[in-house]
Amino acid sequence: MTEHDHHHHDHSELSETELRVRALETILTEKGYVDPAALDAIIQAYETKIGPHNGARVVAKAWSDPAFRQFLLEDASKAVGTLGHVSRVGDHLVAVENTPTRHNMVVCTLCSCYPWEMLGLPPVWYKAAPYRSRAVKDPRGVLADFGVSLPRETEIRVWDSTAETRFLVLPMRPEGTDGWNEPQLAELVTRDSMIGTGFPKRPGASS
Amino acid sequence: MTDAAAARATSALPDLPRDDVGPVFREPWEAQAFAIALSLHERGLFTWTEWAAALADEIKRAQACGDPDDGTTYYRHWLATLEKLVAAKGVVTLEDQHRYRDAWDHAADRTPHGSPIELRPEDFRPS
Repeated sequence: MTEHDHHHHDHSELSETELRVRALETILTEKGYVDPAALDAIIQAYETKIGPHNGARVVAKAWSDPAFRQFLLEDASKAVGTLGHVSRVGDHLVAVENTPTRHNMVVCTLCSCYPWEMLGLPPVWYKAAPYRSRAVKDPRGVLADFGVSLPRETEIRVWDSTAETRFLVLPMRPEGTDGWNEPQLAELVTRDSMIGTGFPKRPGASS
Repeated sequence: MTDAAAARATSALPDLPRDDVGPVFREPWEAQAFAIALSLHERGLFTWTEWAAALADEIKRAQACGDPDDGTTYYRHWLATLEKLVAAKGVVTLEDQHRYRDAWDHAADRTPHGSPIELRPEDFRPS
C-alpha cells in the first residue's frame, strides 16, 4: 500500500483505488444504473464488517494493562501495531484519554480522516456539516443531543482530525468492572465512546 | 433485500472474502465496489456466472504478473473486473472512466482538508 505514503498538508487526498471507485459510482449514477442511496444501504449493512474493527480491543487492553495504556498514550500507532494489526493509516493515530476532569471528542467531516480501521465506518452524523461546526462552537450542546451530560467543571476538548493525524478517545473504564478480562471489557466499548460522543456501556446494562 | 442479494452473491462466488456470516472488507472502498457490482447485478447487467468468469480471467492475468494470490488483492481484481465489464457492456467507456477518475483527483486536490470532496464541472479538463 504505497498510495498514502505521500501526504499533503493543505488539501484532501484520495488513493488511486478510491478515485477509480468514485469515478465508477459517479458515472453509473449519472447514467441511472445505480442509486447512491441503495449503495449506501448496502454499505451500511456491512458497517461492522469493514476493517479490523479493533478499537474496542485496544481500549479494553489499555484499561487492563497499565504499560500498554502508557504506550498507547505515548505512541498510539506503535502501541496498536503491537496487537498484530498492520495498517497504513495507523501511522498517524493519537489516543486522547478521558479523565474525571477532561472529556475528549473528535471531529472531522472526511471519512478519510476517520480511524475506520479501529471504529468501522463513520456514522452519517459524523460526516454531516452541522456536527463539525457545532462540535467546535458548542461541544456541550452537541453532547447533550447525544444524551451525554458532563459535570460543569469537566473541561471538554475537541480534537479536529487532520490529514496527518487522527484521534481515538480512550474512555474511562466503567465502575464495577474489577476483575473483568479484556474480552468482557471490550464488550462495553461503544463506537461513540471512542469518538467521545458517548460513554462505554455500564456493566449489567443491556446492549 | 440486500441480505438476499448478498447471499446469492456469496454463494455464487466461492472466493469472496468472508467470515461465518457473510462478506468482509479490508477497506471502505472495497465495500463500495462490492455494492456497485451487487446493484448492477440486481439490475440484470450480468449474472454471477458471467461475473465469476470475468473475475477469474482478471485474477489469472494478475497472477501471471506476480500478484501475491493470498486474498489481500481480491477487491483490486474485483474493481478491475467491474471497470472492464461495464465497458464491455457498452455502459461506460474506459475513456470516460479515466476522465471521471482525473476529475475526482482534481476535486480532491482543490478541496481543503476537512471539507467534503465534491465533483464540479470545472474538475473536468477539456479533452
